[in-house]
Amino acid sequence: MEKYLILNTLNYPILSMLLLVPLIGAVVAMFLRGDTLQKFWALAVTTVTAVISIPLWNCFDRSTAKYQFVELRHWFPALNLDYVVGVDGISVLLVLLTTFVMPLCILCSWTYIQKRIKEFMIVTLLMETAMLGVFVSLNTVLFYIFWEGMLVPMYLIIAIWGGDRKDYASIKFFLYTFAGSIFLLVSIVALYIHTGTFFIPELMDHTYGFAFQMWVFLACALGFAIKMPMFPFHTWLPAAHVQAPTAGSVILASILLKMGGYGFLRFCLPIAPAATFYCMPYLIIMSLVSIIVGGYLALGQSDIKKLIAYSSVGHMGFVTLGIFLLNDAGIKGAMLQMINHGVTTGALFILIGLIYERTHSRELSVNNKLGMIMPIYVTFLGIFSLSSLAFPGTNSFVGEFLVLFGAFEKYPLVGAMAIPGAILAAAYMLRMLQKMVWDDSDGHGHHHDDDHGHGDHGDAHGHDSHVLADCNFREILQLAFLTIFVFWIGLHPTPLLDMMDTSIAHLIHQVDAGSVVHDAVQHHGEHHALLNQAGAWVKSIVSF
Amino acid sequence: MNTIITSKIVLTMLIPMVTGVLVMFSGKKPNLRDSWSTLGAILTFASVLQFLPTILDGTQLQYTLFELYPGITVKLNLDGLGVVFALVASFLWILASLYCVGYMRGLNEHAQTRFYVCYAVSVGAAMGAAFAGNLFTLYLFYEIVSIFTYPLVMHHQDEEGYAGAKKYIVYLMFTSKAFLLPAMVIIYVLAGTLDFQTAGIAQGIFPAEADRFVVGIAYLLCLFGFAKSGIMPLHNWLPDAMVAPTPVSALLHAVVVVKVGVFSTCRVMLSIFGTNILHETGLGIFTAYFVSVTILTASIIALTKTNLKARLAYSTVSQLSYIILGVAMLTPNSITGGLIHIANHAFAKITLFFAAGCIFVASGKKDIGEMGGLGYRMPFTLIAFAVASLGMIGAPPVGGFVTKWYLALGTMDIHNWILLCVLLASSLLNAGYFVPIFLQAFFGKPLPEDEGVTGSLENKPLIMFMVVPLVITATLSVLVGIYPDLFLNLINLMVKS
Repeated sequence: MEKYLILNTLNYPILSMLLLVPLIGAVVAMFLRGDTLQKFWALAVTTVTAVISIPLWNCFDRSTAKYQFVELRHWFPALNLDYVVGVDGISVLLVLLTTFVMPLCILCSWTYIQKRIKEFMIVTLLMETAMLGVFVSLNTVLFYIFWEGMLVPMYLIIAIWGGDRKDYASIKFFLYTFAGSIFLLVSIVALYIHTGTFFIPELMDHTYGFAFQMWVFLACALGFAIKMPMFPFHTWLPAAHVQAPTAGSVILASILLKMGGYGFLRFCLPIAPAATFYCMPYLIIMSLVSIIVGGYLALGQSDIKKLIAYSSVGHMGFVTLGIFLLNDAGIKGAMLQMINHGVTTGALFILIGLIYERTHSRELSVNNKLGMIMPIYVTFLGIFSLSSLAFPGTNSFVGEFLVLFGAFEKYPLVGAMAIPGAILAAAYMLRMLQKMVWDDSDGHGHHHDDDHGHGDHGDAHGHDSHVLADCNFREILQLAFLTIFVFWIGLHPTPLLDMMDTSIAHLIHQVDAGSVVHDAVQHHGEHHALLNQAGAWVKSIVSF
Repeated sequence: MNTIITSKIVLTMLIPMVTGVLVMFSGKKPNLRDSWSTLGAILTFASVLQFLPTILDGTQLQYTLFELYPGITVKLNLDGLGVVFALVASFLWILASLYCVGYMRGLNEHAQTRFYVCYAVSVGAAMGAAFAGNLFTLYLFYEIVSIFTYPLVMHHQDEEGYAGAKKYIVYLMFTSKAFLLPAMVIIYVLAGTLDFQTAGIAQGIFPAEADRFVVGIAYLLCLFGFAKSGIMPLHNWLPDAMVAPTPVSALLHAVVVVKVGVFSTCRVMLSIFGTNILHETGLGIFTAYFVSVTILTASIIALTKTNLKARLAYSTVSQLSYIILGVAMLTPNSITGGLIHIANHAFAKITLFFAAGCIFVASGKKDIGEMGGLGYRMPFTLIAFAVASLGMIGAPPVGGFVTKWYLALGTMDIHNWILLCVLLASSLLNAGYFVPIFLQAFFGKPLPEDEGVTGSLENKPLIMFMVVPLVITATLSVLVGIYPDLFLNLINLMVKS
């Protein structure tokens, strides 16, 4: 077992502490009284967790693909089941993303959450433990426990603190995700029966028959595709996003969606490489469809939150596209795009929450002409919208460029087909920006959408500067923090890319090795030929 | 050729950006705010000027700011071509910032602080484009120019402003995402880098074994991707963007924005693809014919426009294509002719727009038909206008003549009488739409309500803020025709290497 691991050499169990601090924080929160105290307590706990996670960044050994900071405790010897947690270049960034986004989730709920504040903070802290658990587990059972453990707090966040259609949205979220997880559980059990271990690195090293790989791949991929979400499994996302409170949307967008991508990289690719190659063309096509459909649907939305939710579908399409290109640039781009989406879309949801608190509406036609009234807000909105449309110099550009580079390198035609997604991203973000900052020229004028209002209807009718205060210090703090990442990743992503470099090289090696030895090579050969032929065909037409 | 690594060249780009910030924080004090603008412009020009001797020695200045990925960096590299554009744009910014004071205050425009901030940042981004050392940096600044000129186009915030601005951003963003982004990826896949070839204009950056078909696709994507250069059929944003206040039309849509487009196109042709590949694949001569269509069509459309600014806009579309035509003919003479037109057109066209804006502020007239007899009431303005028109037509001794001379030499070099005819026909067309304007102004019949009014319109102090700059630019457009040596030397550094 040790050949896969580097045991934790820090003088404290860093990963277990990351899991325990929010959990203990949640337990303590049960005994605290007073809303303000609750808020400060939750903020303190999440901040401490973030601080604890910092050594993951500077003590991380970038030269090895082994799992690091590992803690190993024997747990259930009869089933060969151990408590084992660790991170590699793929998960470490997602762990850091989680720990740093969580304090912002508390801050953005500061005034947004008005009822049951204590419960909200407890649930959010539990959520943090579960999410971190998913990223650090090196054992399928542990992974599954945390994966399912995430579902309940998220369900509660939507169902209790959500909007008017929260029941519908929360049930939909629960059923979709749960349906996916069932298949995941089946494949975990199947893998255990086949190999006798739950330990993920050992599962990766095992070789399986092609048919078995296919079943495992399909079962896992379904679960992860729902989580991503990929077209056509994406319909839960807009509902959940629109109804969730700001913090819920931020958690969903920044972290939960990343679990699908993480699952693909951790399970599907290394455990079932031959099946991955076999299914690659289909998943690439699904990704392209997600990119285009997500972007196209976003273009038609009048509800800002829905717009961003559909844009997430498009962005996640770029992630799966990058993953299934199975080359270095593609997977790096996908990884970076996951981090970027976490930063940018998280910020956009914070921005929407912020304007919703003021106008009690998420309609574009109500929240317009803000340019003159809220200059600070509009500046941040501009920065994050541009980041979302992959403006050069911002974080998303690097991710999108790498994915496109990976695509054009391997299948130029696929790259060309992803370009409309980039155009659509520019179209819907600029449309939103234009309407919110300046204009109400689409004829709707100022009206209030009753679906979304709770509170004083008269207030929102024709807002003016008395109603709309610009961002306060707390809000500026959250947004400024994320802005740093927009430009840092946008202009100097090398430290992040270095961090994932070795692990991704190792992953690609695993996938290539697994597929070469296997008889499925012929199968994937045919499919490669299919894509290449399509390319040659178009080329011959153009050259004619 | 030597290259000096120096962080000083970042300064030129930073000064306008800092100016923008200072302007933003002094919005409550108009005099201070407008002084910042002018001071920023002077400092920017001075900072470009200090590099001039070094560049004239044949040395290039270089600095890498950030590395995103191997071969993709934010890198500045100043050479002859970059310095021509930077000199012209920064110098004209000084005059334009004075002119802005007269225009914006003369019309009592709203949101002047926003206007000056965006104005300064746009110029700063244009400096960045001029100094760009690779395609990514160029793309970065190109896009920043698009974003920050958007509020300027919709400055009036009326229906027309929104419509024009929407068209503007849709054209520019669509082309850059749809064409430029894939072009950049393809170039990176083929060449492994986006850095410009700084050693010469012949060889480009592609390895010898690169598939010529794919290179050709990348070239076409670049040609259409830089929609700011106004090549038909992607020119439509330009006339509609004229809803912007005239100083914007003058500096941005005659000098900064469109020149960023043309400059980028030329830069990509010369420093990414190189004349060898363009010649070998026939893409050079294809481009020459393609832009010839724009030259002639835009001139014909200009004939039909009676609104002065609209006519100038189509004239811009037509004149911009001269620059690309010159480069596309791929001979030393024609490239010189094309690139020097960046300067010549800038001086003449900004004069024309300044004059149009001055006429509008002083008399409220936009249509050419209303301008009868105006020449006697605004003599300086309209004489400057006439001089600049001669530049557009290509009559000596104004700068435009130098352009046409070199372009004609270029057509002779490649023995192409079709392109020579295009040049001659377009000169006639230019004359056809410019001459009637000053004929009308000096000899036309005044409108009934203007009959007998003879007082000068140019003696108010605010108007003087506009007349002085435009007289200076008109004088300069003659001077660059008589002494073209400075720009010729700079361009020769590029062409002869």
